[in-house]
Amino acid sequence: MEKDTLILSFESSCDETSVAVIKNGKEILSNIIATQIKSHQRFGGVVPEVASRHHVEEVTKCINLALDEAKVGYEDLNAVAVTYGPGLVGSLLIGIMAAKTVAFAHDLPLIKVNHLAGHIYSANFVTELQYPFMALLVSGGHTELVLVTAPGEFHTLGDTRDDAVGEAYDKIGRVLGINYPAGKKVDQMAAIGKDTFDFPRAMVQEDNLDFSFSGLKSAFINTVHHADQIHEELNKDDLAASFQGAVLDILSNKTFRALKEHPVKQLIVGGGVSANQGLRKRLADEIAKRHLDMELVFPPLRLCGDNAAMIGAMAQIQYDKNDFADLDLNADPSLDFDME
Amino acid sequence: MLEYQLTTHSYDDTEKLGEQLSQLLKIGDVVVLNGDLGVGKTTLTRGLARGLGIKRNVKSPTFTLIREYKDGRVPLYHMDAYRLESSPDEDLGFDEYFNGDGITIVEWPQFIKDEIPEEHISINIKRLSDTERQVVIKLHGEKFTDRGFGELV
Repeated sequence: MEKDTLILSFESSCDETSVAVIKNGKEILSNIIATQIKSHQRFGGVVPEVASRHHVEEVTKCINLALDEAKVGYEDLNAVAVTYGPGLVGSLLIGIMAAKTVAFAHDLPLIKVNHLAGHIYSANFVTELQYPFMALLVSGGHTELVLVTAPGEFHTLGDTRDDAVGEAYDKIGRVLGINYPAGKKVDQMAAIGKDTFDFPRAMVQEDNLDFSFSGLKSAFINTVHHADQIHEELNKDDLAASFQGAVLDILSNKTFRALKEHPVKQLIVGGGVSANQGLRKRLADEIAKRHLDMELVFPPLRLCGDNAAMIGAMAQIQYDKNDFADLDLNADPSLDFDME
Repeated sequence: MLEYQLTTHSYDDTEKLGEQLSQLLKIGDVVVLNGDLGVGKTTLTRGLARGLGIKRNVKSPTFTLIREYKDGRVPLYHMDAYRLESSPDEDLGFDEYFNGDGITIVEWPQFIKDEIPEEHISINIKRLSDTERQVVIKLHGEKFTDRGFGELV
């Protein structure tokens, strides 16, 4: 029997500080996530500099919790992995420093992981990945179609030209008076309302796999603005349904265009917007309608947000390829798949 | 303080204004952009990036707070403090960019107003109709005086 591999992984690219212990890239022994929001609540409001200090304060606590919960010690680990981009430089650096310190102190190899790759490989915890597979990455910061041809081999087929899809939800949510993050509420309202406003489906006619949501956002704002000027009350559920209708048309059109060009056996949907019920139903319906023999995989909701477990899943692939980083590793805030 | 006012008539027009602006800016300049959601702040920045010779597509920086573009003749730092509304004045190290080696554009500057340097350019974009925008450019600081901003009008 082959020996197990245990990887201690770090994720601190944005709001969350997270540390996990992952066995063989498949099994989560622990996945500790500390969010900034909680720390603000604990202090009874926003404390200046809490945000920037937050990761520093949390990361050592998270390491101890992760090791305790996994019931392992440093001596049991085979490697240390960390997100090195994309993200906020200050936040990334704290995870990187912590990971380097553990790697150096315990003489463990260091693995640098692309945050986006982590999101895709969160699917590794729920299914046996079959190459090539397609990944649709939808979140507050990303909207990408990625073809994964072999373990760790990524090819970006499409990307947003302007706003990310989750960001579009938050911004039209603001116009509707919904608090950040607005995605869940808009999804619920859309389920009640009807698509009556016929917002534009940007770029669906164009022969490429890129996305655009800025025009949809503007059309939505213009519609609400005109109604305000003439004191007309618009049905908010219908507005939400019309917005979501356009979003789903755009996402589904580009995704199935990509799948036509690159037929695969699995479609992985990652990122926070993958929690959207409308999106889940639409993709399942389209697969059925097209009689595609394809598995639709949604990572569990607890793994859709930022977390270190997904970083550990991706790190295992790099570990198997002896793809290790030096201790002078730096953060790359603007990292994407094409730049590696 | 010098102030200039003009009107753009389309998306392309706003982008073109950004391109013209890029020719008047220098390393170390900070430009803050004010205006409602969807008014064209990122559009103006996109034109500015093109004017600086940046090939990479300018995407919204809302989620990442900062996007860096270093493939033009001058580095461009595109910031967005939108997500900091509920936690203003947090020290996220923005000032390191303001004193850095490039041009910095800040959207939603009101949420980090204590960090914005005294010498800066502020641009207010206001919606006149679905396509028309009123653009007011204010120069805060003498170093901008002789750069020829008047030619934009």
